[in-house]
Amino acid sequence: MPPSRPRSPGPPTPGRPELKQSGPKQSKPKGPGWEQPEPERSLSARSAQALAETWRDEWGRLLALLVARFRRLDLAEDALADAFESAARTWPRDGIPANRAAWLLTAARRRAVDRLRADAMAARKEPLLVVEARSHEEAVRAMADTGDAPVALADDRLRLIFLCAHPSLAPEAAAALTLRLVLGVSTADVARLFLVPEATMAARLTRARKKVAVAGVPFAVPRPELLIERIRVAATVAYLAFTAGYAPGSGPDVVRVDLAGEAIRLTRLLRALLSGYAAPPAPEAGSTPAGAGLDALLALMLLQHSRRDARCDEAGVLVLLVDQDRSRWRRDEIDEALVLLDQVERSQTSRPLERWEAEWALQAAIAACHGVAPSPARTDWGRIAGLYEELERLTGSPVVRLNRAVAVAEASGPRAGLALLDGLDDRLPRSHRVAAVRAELLARDGDREGARAAYERAISLCDNDAERAHLAGRRTAVNHPD
Amino acid sequence: MKYFILIAHSPTGWSDMSPDEQAEAMRQHGDFHAALGPAMLGGEALADPDTATTMRHVDGVPTLTDGPFAETAEVIGGFYLVEAPDLDTVTGWCRLLPQGYTLEIRPVIDVEVPS
Repeated sequence: MPPSRPRSPGPPTPGRPELKQSGPKQSKPKGPGWEQPEPERSLSARSAQALAETWRDEWGRLLALLVARFRRLDLAEDALADAFESAARTWPRDGIPANRAAWLLTAARRRAVDRLRADAMAARKEPLLVVEARSHEEAVRAMADTGDAPVALADDRLRLIFLCAHPSLAPEAAAALTLRLVLGVSTADVARLFLVPEATMAARLTRARKKVAVAGVPFAVPRPELLIERIRVAATVAYLAFTAGYAPGSGPDVVRVDLAGEAIRLTRLLRALLSGYAAPPAPEAGSTPAGAGLDALLALMLLQHSRRDARCDEAGVLVLLVDQDRSRWRRDEIDEALVLLDQVERSQTSRPLERWEAEWALQAAIAACHGVAPSPARTDWGRIAGLYEELERLTGSPVVRLNRAVAVAEASGPRAGLALLDGLDDRLPRSHRVAAVRAELLARDGDREGARAAYERAISLCDNDAERAHLAGRRTAVNHPD
Repeated sequence: MKYFILIAHSPTGWSDMSPDEQAEAMRQHGDFHAALGPAMLGGEALADPDTATTMRHVDGVPTLTDGPFAETAEVIGGFYLVEAPDLDTVTGWCRLLPQGYTLEIRPVIDVEVPS
């Protein structure tokens, strides 16, 4: 195995964009130099901002073009990172070019060609990516055209996503590679987001790059009959990145919110690219490939993400949904999710949802019930219970059943909820949540003895300090009801 | 690119099948051959692993033992060598083979053997 070369550390410092980019509106980079009013801002401040914006908006497209042209991931990545570094040096001095993307592409292409010449021997031994001849020729032509804006090859970015989010890679590796290559998140930041040392992440990325090249993973949009399945894989990769962001009790919350925001950006991009992609007619696929699944996923992510400012108190302790300050939920994101769910609903007249699409749609519909409820008491628990029932039928998951029991208890009283807990301890033997829910429902039903025993069991199974403290507090409250 | 497809299945995968199921599996191999055409470079079915002979050097002495080198839940039943433009093409073809198989797909690399 060739020794892994150190990767470029990421965006050049002056223009290093903040990771918080979940929506187009709130993406203004922060940091020294940004506070000054528009007219007085220096060229260096303006060029830093231009660079950050270009990094965010153009990285994936430029990288996809370079990959199509040079057929080597590491070469394309290093060349583009070098181009951004050189922009960070020259733009503050010479001014911001009218066509930033073209400037960067030209710089990156020169860099790549120089490098190829310098290690001609080494390069010959490295396997080239499988790139369709037509795609490769288009990229060569786009790059020869130095004066103009590089031709918008939306499909190249799709190809890049399908290359990174390939089922032959482990999902964690695919997620990391996708964030790095498609969104341009630096290796250091990807490592920070997935809570591993940078060297570990660099090695993981190197291995993933090598795997796709050696195994012959094509830089291509999958054939029509495979497209929906591969969209599912890509969407799952985005959701994995998202849920890694919201895994409780692991890492500073601000970092986790960043990762969730990046996952949303990836889902938006995939959705936008696919809606512009004219798929050749497939034998079974509907007219818009997996549009509904991505709509449902985006809605689910937005609804969960909309609560990010209310999820933790000042001390950083997780706040349960029922206790959250709902005025801190992002109303605009909830509204966007509701529109998306409406689209999912209407899409079913033309094509029934695939199972994975239906799962996300149901989860999103449940989250939407909370999103529109003014308070826990004024929540449509009956509807939530019904949605969980459907979800349980679809997945057979004991965790879904547990959540359903909670909703049923809210809708129809604690005894109805308790009845649904039967047999769950065996199916979730290591989880403290079954016992915790049982304890809560028994307490509500007035069975203090039973509640105490269930709290004891929950406390003995719980390995999270904050939650254990919460359970101990509840047990004491049951012992001393006033 | 050349790909090597290693076919593994449960030790009794074949003998447990009814004659009809065996005929169906053979038909699936036939479909696989037909789909590949000239892309099929070679392939063989192997006799049961209990007919295998393993050779390794023990303290510099070539030593033979009876049986395969690894006890596994699945046994190697055969292989194909195919020519394909990319991995997706290979996995597409592999969908034609019997579902009871576990397939390991490996790219073949060029190694120059001194003559």
